[in-house]
Amino acid sequence: MIYSLCFVLFMIGLYCVLTRKNIIKIVIGLVIMESSINLFLVLLGYKNDGIAPINDKTLSPLEFMARSVDPLPQALVLTSIVIGLGVTTLAIALCIRLYEKYGTFDISQIRRLQG
Amino acid sequence: MEIDIIIFVLLVFMAIAALIAVETKNLLSSVISLGAVGFGLSMAFLFLRAPDLAIVQIAVEVVLLIFLIRATISRDTIPETGRIRWWGLAFVLLLMAGVLVFGYFAFHDLGNFGEPIISAVKSTPSNLYLREGLEKTGAANIVTSIILDYRAYDTLGEATVLFTAIIGALAILRSRTKTDKGERKK
Repeated sequence: MIYSLCFVLFMIGLYCVLTRKNIIKIVIGLVIMESSINLFLVLLGYKNDGIAPINDKTLSPLEFMARSVDPLPQALVLTSIVIGLGVTTLAIALCIRLYEKYGTFDISQIRRLQG
Repeated sequence: MEIDIIIFVLLVFMAIAALIAVETKNLLSSVISLGAVGFGLSMAFLFLRAPDLAIVQIAVEVVLLIFLIRATISRDTIPETGRIRWWGLAFVLLLMAGVLVFGYFAFHDLGNFGEPIISAVKSTPSNLYLREGLEKTGAANIVTSIILDYRAYDTLGEATVLFTAIIGALAILRSRTKTDKGERKK
């Protein structure tokens, strides 16, 4: 149920990328898709009545292992979020340059003014 | 059970904010709705017991919103000049139906929410990190011990990608002024 709702969020981003003509909207669609994927990976690692993976030595190692949520998706999603920021920044820089050159964000007009 | 409802409400909120971001005509309100999606995601991370991710997500979202507002403010705020052709829309809907069918089969084999694979299989790397992380690396936070010790090369690659992207963005934004000067000299 929750997984499918996360997938719906991904589909909203995909629809935005495929149908909008404004390049800023396309970048926004990419960010929405990225958010939904990150959330999905963290959802996969959640354990019922879990605790955060921070070991404060009040539990024995085996007990901690049984109760903590999965730390591996969290570590990899941390990487993914930061890389997503870099990629989106590059895309926005391209958008700004295109606007300076063509004076519009509309991709169909950018194609028309080529050359 | 309780966490289900919280995550459900947050996801519905994020989906509504995403729809507004997609459908609204004004670019600035679209960007602000995207901020609502990001901060909803951050709250969801907090409820899913991932405090590190919540902090990073807030920082990243603020920086991203600053960039996006810098790109959109005082620029053309009336998008969507052309109309989408019907066959284009039909093709898009067909493609999305295909992705939905794929998603249905992909989620069919997945376990229930709240029962991750590390509970069922005891020999996964995650369980090793949880059991021996504090003893071997000395870091109380297991996520930190993974990104800075067990998988440090991954973090090195991440830093490389991040700096490459920033250098690329700077190169794209700066080349304009240089060519302008060159043209003026000629």
